[in-house]
Parts: sequence; C-alpha cells; structure tokens
Amino acid sequence: MVETNIARTSLDQFAAMARSVGGSDPEWLGNLRKRALDRFLELGFPTTRQEAWRFTNVAAIARTGFTIGSLESDFDLALLERGALEDAYRLVFVNGLVAPALSESALPAGLELASLAASRDDEDVRKHLGQHADWTESSFAALNTALVHDGAFLRLAAGTRLQKPVNLVFITTGNDGPIMANVRNLIVAGESSELHVVETYLTAGEAPNFTNVVTEVVVRRNATVEHASMQLESDQAFHVATIQAQQDRDSHYQSRSFSIGAALARYDINVTLAGEGSGCVLDGLYLARGRQHVDHHTLIDHATPHTDSQEFYKGVLDGTSHGVFDGKIMVRKDAQKTNSGQVNRNLLLSETAVIDTKPQLEIYADDVKCTHGSTIGQLDEQVLFYMRSRGIAVADARELMIYAFASEVVQRVKIPALRKQLSELLLRRLPLELAGGVSE
Amino acid sequence: MTAMLEIRNLHARVEGREILKGVSLTVNKGEVHAIMGQNGSGKSTLANVLAGRPDYQITEGEVLFEGRDLLAMVPEDRAREGLFLAFQYPVEIPGVNNIYFLKAALNAIRKHRGEEELDAMEFLGLAREKMKLVELGEEFMSRPVNEGFSGGEKKRNEIFQMAVLDPKLAVLDETDSGLDIDALRIVAMGVNQLRSEEHAVVVITHYQRLLDYLVPDFVHVLHDGRIVKSGGKELALALEKNGYGWVEEELALAASAPQELPANHG
Repeated sequence: MVETNIARTSLDQFAAMARSVGGSDPEWLGNLRKRALDRFLELGFPTTRQEAWRFTNVAAIARTGFTIGSLESDFDLALLERGALEDAYRLVFVNGLVAPALSESALPAGLELASLAASRDDEDVRKHLGQHADWTESSFAALNTALVHDGAFLRLAAGTRLQKPVNLVFITTGNDGPIMANVRNLIVAGESSELHVVETYLTAGEAPNFTNVVTEVVVRRNATVEHASMQLESDQAFHVATIQAQQDRDSHYQSRSFSIGAALARYDINVTLAGEGSGCVLDGLYLARGRQHVDHHTLIDHATPHTDSQEFYKGVLDGTSHGVFDGKIMVRKDAQKTNSGQVNRNLLLSETAVIDTKPQLEIYADDVKCTHGSTIGQLDEQVLFYMRSRGIAVADARELMIYAFASEVVQRVKIPALRKQLSELLLRRLPLELAGGVSE
Repeated sequence: MTAMLEIRNLHARVEGREILKGVSLTVNKGEVHAIMGQNGSGKSTLANVLAGRPDYQITEGEVLFEGRDLLAMVPEDRAREGLFLAFQYPVEIPGVNNIYFLKAALNAIRKHRGEEELDAMEFLGLAREKMKLVELGEEFMSRPVNEGFSGGEKKRNEIFQMAVLDPKLAVLDETDSGLDIDALRIVAMGVNQLRSEEHAVVVITHYQRLLDYLVPDFVHVLHDGRIVKSGGKELALALEKNGYGWVEEELALAASAPQELPANHG
C-alpha cells in the first residue's frame, strides 16, 4: 500500500538521523537511544484512529522530508530581540544546537545553565534524562529520545532565588528546505528554590520546520517553578512538545502555555504530583486563525494525598482554525483530600472555527473535591451593544472584548517581562485604537 | 426651533412580535419627560430602539434627533451625536477596567465632535469630580465594568457614565427600579446636575417615587405600544394614587364612543 510505503520511508529517514547523532554516546545514553528508536519504529507516527490523536492529523509531518538542522547564523538577529524575553538569563539554540555567541555567559551563583550535549556526564542528567517523560507510549517522545542530542540543562541549587527569569530561546531557520529541530531540556529545581523559566520558540523565515521538544522538569521538595512556553513559530511550522513535571513534597509547579504560531501545534503537558502537599497550576492561552491547528492534551496525576491542581485554559479561534483541549485529571486510590479544578473557555470568532474540548476525570479516591467546566461561545452581543451605546466603534468594541478575554490568562503570569510581551503581542494582533485604554 | 427628539408614529418588533404600535413624542431642549407605564407596555423597547439595539426591528415611523434621522445611525454614532441610554440592566464586561472603558468612550465622542482627546491625567481629574456626584469610591474605577457590582452600584455607575459623557439627551430606562431611597436620591441628583437649557432627559419609570426628586415637565402614559395620555407632573401623582386602571377605563370608554374622538386622532 502506498500509504505504508510513505510511512516506512519516513520512519527510515528518522532512524537514519538517530544513527547519525549517536556516534559518541556514553554507554547509558547509547542504550537509551537504541531502546527509544526501537520503540519509535514499533509505534510509528500516531493516526487519527488513536483516541489521543482523534482530532490531530500528523500525516503532514510524516510526509515532509526534514533534514537535521545545523548551527546557522544566517538570520536576522532582530528576530531574537523581538521574540526573546527582556532582561533574562538567556540561552539560545539554533536548529536545536546551542549558540553560545547569542547566549548569556555571566550567571549568578546557584544557577547552572548549559547545553545538554555538554552535560551528558552530569550525575543529574544520567539520573533523570528519559526517566520522567514516558517515551514508551508516545511516538514523539520516543522519536525525541532516539534523536536526543542538545537542548538546555538547567539546574538551580537548593535555596536559590534568582533576580531574573531564565529564557531558553529556540530558533529554527530553514534556508535550505525544512529542517527538524530535536530539542531536549532537563530542568532541576533544588529544594526550596524558586525558578521562573520561559521557553521561547521562533522561526526565521517561512520554511515548514518541525520542532519536536521534550522538557523534563524535576521539582524538588518545597521548590517553586513557573515554567512558560511562548510558541511564536511561523504559520507554516510544526510544533510538537511534551512536558513532564515531577513534583516532590510541598513543591509548586506552574505551567503556562502560550500558543500563537505554527500550522500545527500539539502539546502533551503531564504533571505528576508525587509528593504530599504538592500543587500545580496549568494555564494556557491559544490564539488560532487561518488554518492553524492547536491541540493541548494535559494530564495531572494526583498520586499522593493532599495535592492540589488548578487548570485554566482559554482559546480564541478565528478563520477555519481548529482547537483541541483534552484535560485529564487522575486521582489515585491513596490521593485523599485532592483538590482539583479545571476550566476551559473558548471564543469562536467565525462560523468555521472549531473547538473540541473534553475534560476527563478518573477518580479512585473517595474524599476529593474536583470541579471542571468548559464553555464555547461567541462575542456577547449584549456587551457589544452596551459598548457601542457609549460611543465605542463596533470593531474596537470587538477587539477590546477579545483582548479582555485573552488577557485574563496573561494577568496570571508572574514574570513581568513575559506579561508585558504578551500584552503587546495581543495588541499587535488586535490593532486597537484603544491600545492606551486597556489596563495591563 | 428644531426639537431635540421627535418620534413620529414609531412601530417596532421584537422577536417577531409588535411591541411599539405608533409612538409619537416630541422632546425639546431643557425639558424633562417621564414615560410611565405597566410592565409590557413597551417602555424598555422604546429606550432600546432609541439607542439602536440591533435585534429590534423598526417597521414604521421615524425618529429625528436634532432634525437628523436617528434610525439611520449606528449605535456608536447616536452616542457620539449626544444620545445616552442608562440601561435597565447594565452589562458586565469582565477584563475591561471601568476607568479605561469610560476614557475610551469619552475620547471616541470627543474625537467625533472634533475636540481634543483627553490624556490619562485630564480624564482622571474629570472622573474624580463626577465620581463624587454619585458617591462611588475610587476603587470602582479600577474594577472591571459592572463586574461584581451590586444592583445599586450598577445604576449609579450608569449615572456616573452619563455625567462624564455629558449627553444632550439622556434616556433613563427604569434606573430607579430596585433602588433604596439613598441610591434613588443619588440617581436623581445626578440627573438634576445634567438638567439645563441645553439638555433634555427622558425618564422611563414604573414608579412615581423617582419623580419626587426629579420633577418632570411632562408625563406620558405608555400603554400597549402607544402613548395614550400626556399631562404635567400631576398625572404621575394620579397614577401613583389610583394606579393605571382608570387610564385603561378611559381608553375603553373612548373606544366604545369613537365619535367623540377628535377628527385628527389615530
């Protein structure tokens, strides 16, 4: 069958990539890579016949001939200044490879911010890499593990609190056709530390590049981590991200996903509340227009008692875009006194935009409090009329309402520079005459 | 002199049902008119039609605002030309600050009039002055529009908006309903502040109570989509004392004796 042939060819293509990057592996990494590659070849790319991929067709990724990108410098640096976070400890990657010349070299005490490729002998890397993000059931995590090479290794020492956030910037270029950037990040926040980190994804040019990223986050006892993703890739790009956070006792983890770019974006955000008294916040905002497709699958695993999770996702969908939100809350048998809340609100701006939203609760404990709700709506005509009746033009009223809807997620961000960047970005997308009239 | 507002034989439908069945009314500069009537008589429909609510359908008649065709204007242009509706049920706008909303509105109106837009400081000065009038605390300014406001606070916020926007013609749609005496007094004071030779006010109400504080020049009774009786402030008192029953009886009597009607009626 033709379809199988295409799939086979592309799997072989990725397998060849894996063999090419694994030349100098230490033994443990070589073994991990080989197992992950075997698993990827067994799984193949997911199809829409699988429940978790029902609404998201990745055939275009399987079909596109990507090459592994190299460290290019032939792009406009203004992209970096526009897209990266102001005033942050910055580590930049181009096509998945660290770019020291574009990165911050002076780091404060307690912060290690390095290339993963240069950190493979580190004890924490050996201990954690591939141990949290489950690559046995996920094609893309398996592929990422099979191709593991570079990415960020971020470690914050116990008790450390930084003055500035950390910004990991990932740029793809595609001067010679579509490239694949395989990014692997490991973040370890030491006991009682506080970390604010933003992953920023940018594209130089318009090639349909493919970023496949896995970020594993280890949140040790009593630590606080705010972990945001700013996906600002080109409208042709493919973006697949897997995040796995592992939480110790009394730790707090906040995930924030801002999905703006890419033709197809898929996020699997998984949090395991493994220690008593731990809690997490999962926030997200997706803006899609044209033919963009954006899919968030989240899984919060309440594995111990007295754990708390709050999830707040909003989407604004225009054109013929398609949004997917699938939020699963798992409360294990022993996880008594779990407190969990989930909200997903969607604003559809056109008749042809589509959202598929699905909360899933799997509760095996009996003393828990879980709430969830999702809404899908258009702009409220009564609000629109009220604003117009005060002299505000209909287009401005619309934009102000969309801005207000989206900014509710933005206001929850703790990093001021990210909040500012997001507000400005929203206003740029909605060219408001009222720009000065909206509160930050 | 051109009337501020001239409504001629206005017919309007809401969800396919005819609610206004030929309303005619003239309001001149400097006048305060009260329109009274029972629930379902068409009071709120009239207010919303004047403000330009898009889902209300005009089937007949015309409305002139300072001699210009009001019904041809989009809602924002009516506001910019100087019409203000105080809503019966003010809408909540989550995520939009009260103060910024009002600044955007005022500057849209000023721009339309060819006046310079106010900057943040100038606006704040004006807002503070008007806020005192309606006895709203400054904390209301930074809260989202009407969100979490009590019923009385929402109504006072409408009057505050009116005071800041300084319309030529204010239409108050049951602004007094559900208010305690203190809130009622504040609302009436706000309206009295607006009262001048250059302004006009149409107060739509169910109760005579507001008119104790806000003495109208004319009172009209709206019944089944038409103004069936007009008079001075004593008409409001009669309605309060005797209810609407006698008006209906009068109407029934008139209907059974059509020959007694003036020739030009209807």
